[in-house]
Amino acid sequence: MGSSSCSCSVADEKLLKLQKIIEENRNKKGALIHVLHEAQTIYGYLPIEVQKVVAEGMGVPLAEVYGVVTFYAQFSLKPKGQYKISVCLGTACYVKGANLVLEKLEEELGISVGDCTDDLRFSLEGCRCIGACGLAPVITINEDVYGRLSPNDVPDILAKYKE
Amino acid sequence: MQIYRAHVLICGGTGCTSSGSIGLMDEFEKCIKEANIENEIKIVKTGCFGLCAEGPIVVIYPEGCMYCRVTKEDIKEIVEEHLVKGRIVKRLLEGADAPEVDTSAEQTDFFKKQYRIALRNCGKINPESIEEYIAEEGYMALGKVLTEMTPEQVIQTILDSELRGRGGAGFPTGRKWEFARRSVSDQKFVCCNADEGDPGAFMDRSILEGDPHVVLEAMAIAGYAIGADKGYIYVRAEYPIAVQRLKTAIKQAKEYGLLGDNIFGTDFSFDIELVLGAGAFVCGEETALMTSIEGMRGEPRPRPPFPAVKGLWQQPTILNNVETYANIPVIINNGPEWFKQIGTEKSRGTKVFAVGGKIKNTGLVEIPMGTTLREVVYEIGGGIPGDKKFKAAQTGGPSGGCIPASLIDTPIDYDSLIKIGSMMGSGGLIVMDEDTCMVDIAKFFLEFTVEESCGKCPPCRIGTKRMYDILEKITNGNGELSDIDDLYELAEGIQSSALCGLGQTSPNPILSTLQYFKDEYIAHVVEKRCPAGVCKSLLRYRIIADKCRGCSLCARHCPTNCISGEIKKPYVIDESKCIKCGVCMEKCKFDAVVRE
Ligand SMILES: Cc1cc2nc3c(=O)[nH]c(=O)nc-3n(C[C@H](O)[C@H](O)[C@H](O)COP(=O)(O)O)c2cc1C
Ligand code: SF4
Ligand code: SF4
Ligand code: FES
Repeated sequence: MGSSSCSCSVADEKLLKLQKIIEENRNKKGALIHVLHEAQTIYGYLPIEVQKVVAEGMGVPLAEVYGVVTFYAQFSLKPKGQYKISVCLGTACYVKGANLVLEKLEEELGISVGDCTDDLRFSLEGCRCIGACGLAPVITINEDVYGRLSPNDVPDILAKYKE
Repeated sequence: MQIYRAHVLICGGTGCTSSGSIGLMDEFEKCIKEANIENEIKIVKTGCFGLCAEGPIVVIYPEGCMYCRVTKEDIKEIVEEHLVKGRIVKRLLEGADAPEVDTSAEQTDFFKKQYRIALRNCGKINPESIEEYIAEEGYMALGKVLTEMTPEQVIQTILDSELRGRGGAGFPTGRKWEFARRSVSDQKFVCCNADEGDPGAFMDRSILEGDPHVVLEAMAIAGYAIGADKGYIYVRAEYPIAVQRLKTAIKQAKEYGLLGDNIFGTDFSFDIELVLGAGAFVCGEETALMTSIEGMRGEPRPRPPFPAVKGLWQQPTILNNVETYANIPVIINNGPEWFKQIGTEKSRGTKVFAVGGKIKNTGLVEIPMGTTLREVVYEIGGGIPGDKKFKAAQTGGPSGGCIPASLIDTPIDYDSLIKIGSMMGSGGLIVMDEDTCMVDIAKFFLEFTVEESCGKCPPCRIGTKRMYDILEKITNGNGELSDIDDLYELAEGIQSSALCGLGQTSPNPILSTLQYFKDEYIAHVVEKRCPAGVCKSLLRYRIIADKCRGCSLCARHCPTNCISGEIKKPYVIDESKCIKCGVCMEKCKFDAVVRE
């Protein structure tokens, strides 16, 4: 994965980790999705090169791996920002104006949903109910959860992640 | 075992964790130590109490009083006043603004009408401790089943209880087990559906987070009943706390010999594995779920063969929902006759709902079947905030429909809901007020189904998109009356020809809003007007000249600079450039800007 900032040893380390996981799961029935979850944890996303390693290691055609990756919303072919913003678009949040919060985020970040800012700091996506409907509308930024939001709260929240 | 004078229960469920409950734990420990009472008070991190909107929540026993929206700053006071001096901190109680405050949580309106079976341990025990589960009669039912009952007797008990599946369709659980028992094979499977796909529901999550062992115990009972020795829990990867607690619970159960080989010294062995989903709603459908456990694209398979005959890896398999399982051990312990007293003739027991939207007490409620929607909205839920009018409630998520205000006295049970064009679903109950546009809500659900359609069969793949496009056209103000006829025609075609439940039920949100709110569709189509003021393309902002003082505040805030005028004279909006953001209306101090 030819990013200039990442040195070879780091790349190798990741590859070794992935190969170990493949080794452990190769003969387990139905383990492909589990291996892909792990691969995404290691690399942050699933570029085609990683899918090739998984396909070869697990002994399944690349087409099948690609088919599975593109079927499930959790798997991403694109890198994510350092801060991953997810706006809950579940019913409870929608009824309480989640789309207005989303619009405000798009405006403040200058990107639309599904994209990442040029400096790779923020990525923005919609998600399904995260189970905090009592606090609707809700967004998450990595592990942090913000609830009972109005669009006016957005700038202050983003400011915390901008330093 | 140490005896404590008081227990401090802090909710560690998703809702309260999100509003900061974990930080409270440390603060309590610190203050309790400072007060020198650490040997008298026990702090427990529990699952969800249900009243998520008022979180973080802390409950103190023996009084059973519930403190709401607790902050770090409040804790010193709670410790010094309540725990040391025995004086309840009234200002933090639920409903503290009422003249007469009940100090015991069970007496508040939110809890009075509830009946907790599936949620009985949630918020009461520490979900990470198997000892606390056992202390609440945990694993007693499994012991009884393995040592005193035959598999046939177990199935008969479940049949007699008339328990119906809580995952949506309401299929009798005992019948499902009976089919699987009759299928002959040396390998069978028990699966648990913890995929919770309804985008406004979280009761399964709360059970997994608050009482994970109940699911393990029930699955082992099911395994014994049908003759399976292996179980899978298919759980959403978006539920990290639930996954963690399940892992802990499985490990503890194995250590205690309650899972694994020769349970209770019998020759019954049972093992459970967790499988993480990867974000596909269709995987909640039973055949798709099994395909996904097999590691493939989770596309549904045609039925028959039914899973009870050929399921996971072509072997006989049963699949039940989390809440269904949560009812099993109590039914075994208390007997089917006890269970049948609760609820109605055709819908026995209780149902948990995730009540959300425009309602005061959002959260989880468990009610006896047959409770009316009015009781849920006004008595348990505390009514609609801000003096707004109740317009409708939506149940059944993307497969369900709306219940209008005129039917608010409908009893909530499987058959009554179907009769009025909605369905029980898995338990999402979203309340809407006069500011909700019903066409927009139908569009919201259709957008969901379009995104989640797996694409295997054309009626669903193409048909849902066509329906969505028509709704988009209507909400954009380009609708014609013939569009409404087209919607009916498409709906009928899709219902009868889609392969799985996702497609077959996808027209329901449209059909039920058309049934009860057709005038709103007509207003969009004919008058090009959105009565609820939601659909942007149909809105207009206008400055009332008489009220405008010409302060220029709106013009200075308008993002597109489309308001012009002279100071101290009425301003005007150039509608061709207006993006309908509403800033002008929000900023104007003289109510001179109106939306129409
Ligand atoms: C598209 C679709 C999604 C579903 N999602 C869920 C779900 O998230 N959770 C669930 O328990 N059942 C879901 N079901 C219902 C299951 O197919 C199945 O009927 C249920 O899990 C059986 O359990 P029960 O008999 O205990 O209700 C879904 C069905 C369909 C068609
Ligand atoms: S109805 Fe929809 S989700 Fe179900 S199989 Fe057909 S395309 Fe897939
Ligand atoms: S609604 Fe927004 S864009 Fe339109 S006039 Fe008012 S401030 Fe300007
Ligand atoms: S709908 Fe947003 S958290 Fe449930």
